[in-house]
Amino acid sequence: MAARIITITSGKGGVGKTTATANISVALGMRGQRVVAVDADIGLRNLDVVMGLENRIVYDLVDVVEGRCRLRQAMVRDKRLPELYLLPAAQTRDKTAVTPEQMVEVCEGLRPDFDFVLVDSPAGIEQGYRNAIAPADEAIVVTTPEVSAVRDADRIIGMIEAAEKEGTRLLINRVRIDMIRREDMLNIDDVLDILAIELLGIVPEDEEIIVATNRGRPLALENHARAGEAFSNIARRLLGEDVPLITLEKPSLFSRVKRFFAAS
Amino acid sequence: MRFLQVFRKSKSPSSRDVAKERLQLVLVHDRTQISPALMQILKDEIIAVISKHVPIDREAVDISFTHSRRESRLQANIPLQPRSRQRAAR
Repeated sequence: MAARIITITSGKGGVGKTTATANISVALGMRGQRVVAVDADIGLRNLDVVMGLENRIVYDLVDVVEGRCRLRQAMVRDKRLPELYLLPAAQTRDKTAVTPEQMVEVCEGLRPDFDFVLVDSPAGIEQGYRNAIAPADEAIVVTTPEVSAVRDADRIIGMIEAAEKEGTRLLINRVRIDMIRREDMLNIDDVLDILAIELLGIVPEDEEIIVATNRGRPLALENHARAGEAFSNIARRLLGEDVPLITLEKPSLFSRVKRFFAAS
Repeated sequence: MRFLQVFRKSKSPSSRDVAKERLQLVLVHDRTQISPALMQILKDEIIAVISKHVPIDREAVDISFTHSRRESRLQANIPLQPRSRQRAAR
């Protein structure tokens, strides 16, 4: 079965695209899916380090595009899972080293042999983003419940729609339940009201993410951490399962997302 | 989503309330290029145009810009004066 190509983007930097790409890739891999994670952040690559695969890079995306190696040679296999690969970005070039058309060609080359191709987009709205969105069948927009992030997410959603990609879904990251309770953080309904796209999932703020990146072991590999569980749920939803949102608060705060709760 | 609506009795608005209000306004500006100055001009001119034809209660006029469900809107809520309250010839 041909892969779904999903680009993870945000507009705003630092909201958790790379962490999300790494963890969703791992979570899908743990469910037996064949996954390639593609780092489209040329010049500032980080997907390799977050996944803990930085020492195994021989070739990268730019080598593939410039014909110095075959696609398979650049793919780093994550030995922790049966069929999870990383296609790393180059660190010594910049976003102009690859064109959107070349990104489409590379991803189409991956499509027949995998179930999911997840493309980690750089921040911004310039060529790096355009490279990343070009091959996408669908997009995931990552935001946090903060003014700047939501503002940028609104803009990027508009741009994705203009690129005629449908089915864009939202991932609200770094949610702090305690701050929402104190009314010092936008809540889920606030963000959904403004951005008004389908919610894919919410991920709580979790110190364990930093520890996981320190160790190069994506949190989704463990089963205990809250953020890890959230990413697993997101993977399950991508596979079509109806998974209720992790409990943050009394149900009354989530009137808009009741459909995510299992029949109860 | 008027600012006054989110005041709770004798409690100042939470930072979340302020954030939501600011975000709405900034998104209206981002998407429509309507500056805060132009917002005020639009409000003044709407009031002037309506009151040229129909008496209105200026004190109770509520004109606001909102951004919700990815749409920017100008909402005008203008109470019209009933006939019995109208003063002498316009």
